[in-house]
Amino acid sequence: MSEYTIHLLVCGGTGCKSRTSHAVAGNLKAEIKNQGLSDVAQVVITGCFGFCEKGPIVKIIPENTFYTQVKPEDAKEIVEEHVVKGRRVQRLLYKDTKTEKIVTDAREMERYKKQVRIALRNCGVINPENIDEYIARQGYEALGRVLTEMDPQQTIDIIKKSVVRGRGGGGFSTGTKWELTFRNKADQKYVVCNADEGDPGAFMDRSILEGDPHSVIEAMAIAGYSTGASEGLVYIRAEYPLAIERLKGAIKQAREYGLLGKNILGTDFSFDIDLRYGAGAFVCGEETALIHSMEGKRGEPTMKPPFPSVAGYLGKPTTVNNVETFANVPPILLKGHEWFSSIGTEKSKGTKVFALAGKINNVGLIEVPMGITLREVIFEIGGGIKGGKQFKAVQTGGPSGGCLTEKHLDIPIDYDNLIAAGSMMGSGGMIVMDEDDCMVDMAKFFLEFTVDESCGKCTPCRIGNKRLFELLEKIAIGNGIPEDIERLINLGNVIKDTSLCGLGQSSPNPVLAMIKNFPREYDAHVLDKKCPAGVCKALMVYEIIAENCVGCTACARACPVGAITGERKEVHTIDTGLCIKCGACMDRCKFNAVIVK
Amino acid sequence: METVKLTIDQKAVEVSVGTSILKAARRVGIEIPTLCYMHLEDLNIEHKPGGCRVCVVEVQGRRNLAPSCATDVAEGMVVNTHSIRVLNARKTVLELILSDHPKDCLTCAKSGNCDLQNMAIKMGIREIHNQDIAAMSTYRTDFSPAIIRDMNKCIMCRRCETMCNEFQTVGALSAINRGFMSVVAPAFEMDLEDSVCTYCGQCVAVCPTGALTEVDHTNRLIRDLSNPAKTVIVQTAPAVRAALGEMFDMEPGTLVTGKMVAALRRMGFKYVFDTDFAADLTIMEEGSEVLDRLSRHLKGDKSVKLPILTSCCPGWVNFFESQFTDMLDIPSTARSPQQMFGSIAKTYFADKISVKREDLVVVSIMPCLAKKYECTRDEFKVNGNPDVDYSISTRELANLIKQANIEFHSLPDEEFDLPLGESTGAGVIFGATGGVIEAAIRTAYELFTKKKLDSVDFKALRGMEGIREATIDFNGLPIKIGIAHGLGRARKLLEDIRSGKSQYHAIEIMACPGGCIGGGGQPLHHGNSEIIMKRMEAIYREDKNKPIRKSHENPYIVKLYEEFLGKPLSEKSHKLLHTHYVDKRKKIIYI
Amino acid sequence: MAKIKNLADLRKLKDQLQSGTKSGGKSEHAEELVQVKIAMATCSIASGARETMNYLVDELEKRNIDAVVTQTGCMGYCYAEPTVEVKLPGRESIVFGYVDHQKADEIIEKYIKNAIMPEGLIPVNYQKINE
Repeated sequence: MSEYTIHLLVCGGTGCKSRTSHAVAGNLKAEIKNQGLSDVAQVVITGCFGFCEKGPIVKIIPENTFYTQVKPEDAKEIVEEHVVKGRRVQRLLYKDTKTEKIVTDAREMERYKKQVRIALRNCGVINPENIDEYIARQGYEALGRVLTEMDPQQTIDIIKKSVVRGRGGGGFSTGTKWELTFRNKADQKYVVCNADEGDPGAFMDRSILEGDPHSVIEAMAIAGYSTGASEGLVYIRAEYPLAIERLKGAIKQAREYGLLGKNILGTDFSFDIDLRYGAGAFVCGEETALIHSMEGKRGEPTMKPPFPSVAGYLGKPTTVNNVETFANVPPILLKGHEWFSSIGTEKSKGTKVFALAGKINNVGLIEVPMGITLREVIFEIGGGIKGGKQFKAVQTGGPSGGCLTEKHLDIPIDYDNLIAAGSMMGSGGMIVMDEDDCMVDMAKFFLEFTVDESCGKCTPCRIGNKRLFELLEKIAIGNGIPEDIERLINLGNVIKDTSLCGLGQSSPNPVLAMIKNFPREYDAHVLDKKCPAGVCKALMVYEIIAENCVGCTACARACPVGAITGERKEVHTIDTGLCIKCGACMDRCKFNAVIVK
Repeated sequence: METVKLTIDQKAVEVSVGTSILKAARRVGIEIPTLCYMHLEDLNIEHKPGGCRVCVVEVQGRRNLAPSCATDVAEGMVVNTHSIRVLNARKTVLELILSDHPKDCLTCAKSGNCDLQNMAIKMGIREIHNQDIAAMSTYRTDFSPAIIRDMNKCIMCRRCETMCNEFQTVGALSAINRGFMSVVAPAFEMDLEDSVCTYCGQCVAVCPTGALTEVDHTNRLIRDLSNPAKTVIVQTAPAVRAALGEMFDMEPGTLVTGKMVAALRRMGFKYVFDTDFAADLTIMEEGSEVLDRLSRHLKGDKSVKLPILTSCCPGWVNFFESQFTDMLDIPSTARSPQQMFGSIAKTYFADKISVKREDLVVVSIMPCLAKKYECTRDEFKVNGNPDVDYSISTRELANLIKQANIEFHSLPDEEFDLPLGESTGAGVIFGATGGVIEAAIRTAYELFTKKKLDSVDFKALRGMEGIREATIDFNGLPIKIGIAHGLGRARKLLEDIRSGKSQYHAIEIMACPGGCIGGGGQPLHHGNSEIIMKRMEAIYREDKNKPIRKSHENPYIVKLYEEFLGKPLSEKSHKLLHTHYVDKRKKIIYI
Repeated sequence: MAKIKNLADLRKLKDQLQSGTKSGGKSEHAEELVQVKIAMATCSIASGARETMNYLVDELEKRNIDAVVTQTGCMGYCYAEPTVEVKLPGRESIVFGYVDHQKADEIIEKYIKNAIMPEGLIPVNYQKINE
């Protein structure tokens, strides 16, 4: 039995692989064998370090030395100098491009600090089904301090000074919201947690509820104390059974410890939490629709004012906050508002959890400080575009946001910058698109969602969105005319301008942003009747290249509608009028004679 | 009262805090177009869901356009109601509504009287983009005995929902489905007939399009009138004469009794009679019933149920038959005037003119849609032949007069035929809330106390307040009267009876706001509830001008009893003029 | 579980839990044991994390290895689920991705037993805010 004391981790991610990281690893192994250290040093191929442009990467632990741009020839030097003699190879060390400083310990690297987990601080660390693990990591300490050492106004002041803003997408100052509810007098007030998370592709709130439900419970109790509410409600979508289970379990455990219920921690503050379930309506993520849904009414939004802080659930002052917003509250109270507001940009403090999805290598959940650029998120943390394809656009804010393109990649991410760029933060979903995604098809995708989810109360959203969708379908099947694009823009703007709630006010955003950022692609569909990305089936024309066709008849036999004709050993032709664009012929042809135009 | 100063279209306006931009604009003569908005001031109903988005205006400093009906003014606000941005938005929104609306104005029942049509005309919509690829939300048409629901024409204004749920508290209608296919309908899109609908028709009265209309019997009437084998006679309700003139551009509140009779005669009715006659008859029967119950109660009979409730309103009858089935023995057993008339017409009168029952067609002109349903009730048929063949609304009558090319304004004033056309003031006031009970008091007082009334005017029973009460001194005996109009208010009184809290001896209930004058078949008020007030004044005016104002003094009523019925509550009276009630719960699909 | 009566008791409980003197079983002297954490969020479960966890629990016991196996929330490596974090005494924790039974077996035999690193290590790329 041997025990390795030193490990050489070689990045095996696609970026590094294409740059010969395997050769590096091979050479390192050979060198180590030469030196007779095969029992002491192990070379391991790992997953992507997320630092692809500086690859191949070699990280040596336990010293945490980080070598970049390692060539296979460097293997000998690394083994001789570092492994045998314990001396770092200076020229291969990572040099911080900004400070020009050479970084010796990987943990000092800026890029290692790119993610800062505040809302996700306990996710992946504790067992969410065991309250003791939460308490061991200072759980409920914030609540305790607030109840025994501060009054409601003081707590609100700290939250206000931290400048934490609503993480559900609205970006409204959380402290101000709490203060408004606090100021309204009533015999009963409520704290509501919005766990509806309807954006397709967003799972930040789910992960927090599944991985650290107590942080939300603690924060709701703190909110209750600050605003004067004795009852909390979590509106959670029924499609999250595991999150519901974990949350229910956590509430039960909190009650057993007396951290929920009457006279919490020996004070005269009582607070308890009840769950309410959604029924599959995206619109119920809008706070007034959410409240009506909880009241047993049709889940439709109503006009604001009156705002929920004045008249919310059952007509009483209610604070509605998002799950992620709540998850930020205990750390702010424990570590102070100065600490929190030291992270982020001028107007957007703290971090944001993003759900990276789409054509990206490292699909997953990340939490980054506000101000980080999209480039860093997508190409560093995200590991770049899958399959090495070309980045085209990233959709932030889900079906309510707009797409950001190459020219926006260096914008520091924060609420206001994203809006200025024509998109929005939204709840944190980021869908990455590459050259194979069609901007007409993507606009259709988002609009199809909002058409289905519209509640139907107001004309522009109920009918307008449907008409937008029909226009996009018309364009996608090749019947578009130039006036259709003008109509999309005008109708889209009127829908934004006249809709009653946020759903309608933002549903035209995807198509408007895509027309603005990819006008040539839309023109191609309308004027040339072509889909440059090769997605819109109706615009694809299958053709047989005469030079390559040997007349084997395989395609004709594969065609389900008999659209291909030709004699044996003669060039075949496709009747485009009959062709249903199934692609069977292309799959069968062994001579690359079938192409899509 | 705190005020707010603002500017609308560069005009300075000062209004009290809490006023909407829409109302503030009206103060300076600016009429912002609206569609779903409905304000029935006298009924305390302000329906402002902010859904149609037609009334949007530009507010300086606000990111998007504001719905003026539902946005309150603020100090220093600067509003523009017709900037190009607003006009573009308003026209686009309207065009969207039209793109999902059937284009059959030419044959639609609401043509010429449709809020959507008027709006399209006003906003000059000349084309609907991409109609060829536009999907339309379509639904099954629902034909009930009184109301037709053609939801393809629904624009989701939700007015019907508000009237049905919040004002009438019947709860037959609500929004169902989601998004593009959302529509207002009974739960699970069941037929109105299978629901708790009472056919009060208040939904029809407020619908801005042709989505909710009445069942139209005009063609049937034309066929009957031209059938030589049939003798067609007509009875007219009191509320009709106070509103029919509006359909001919007369001022609301103009009494057109004489012209109405003349028109009916010229249309071809053999006999033109008055439902008011039957109203007097109802008073005789119901008044006697009241006195009977009262006397037994005063004697200590514990089995007697008080209060007694009036029962001439079929919408109200449907209401308690479906939602208060534990109290079916409390309302009076007297039939409504419409039905009493039909019963007497097809027996007493048919004999008089030697016409067989099957050849006599009795038509009623009613302000009401529930009356259409009432005609079809099995209790009101003899061997399958209905006492009243069918009921025509005020609106249908006006259309018929216009179709017949009768120049209404130049008609002379004519009198009703006899014997079923003579009525007293007590019969007329049936048309207004409080009128039935006042008519009943006029007779019951004199019968009970054997004294003559100094004044027949009981002003305490009149007015538009939702629930009213008065104590009438029956020669030392205080009789407590309760009155409610609108089924929501009726519910309150019923719940008091159920819980034992009710102190009344007699209660009058009308399903429609203002009583029959506000019925579902009357000329549309398009949101102006003042019209209902004016009709009410007309009713009391006609009463005042009548020579006889107490039902029991109607000579033709006296004659009817002498020649035919014997006396009130006799066996014959019971058979022809009284009824029983049905537990409708089994028939209705409850969830 | 007894109610926590006040803030002082809460802090006492925290201290006990941190030093490992509270709650019986394997949590005691945790520092000296192998700690295995498996992400158990919805994406994890959908990828088979429950089976992986059951396998690890069973096999570690069968092979007589003193280890604490717990579930945890999403670690953020959703593209590589099931993910498992292993902390050997005295060493930094390492995260492995795509852990099926085969990989789990490798982790036990190679890394837990002999500190030989199998392939599939996922570099941790974030810092967690500490207490």
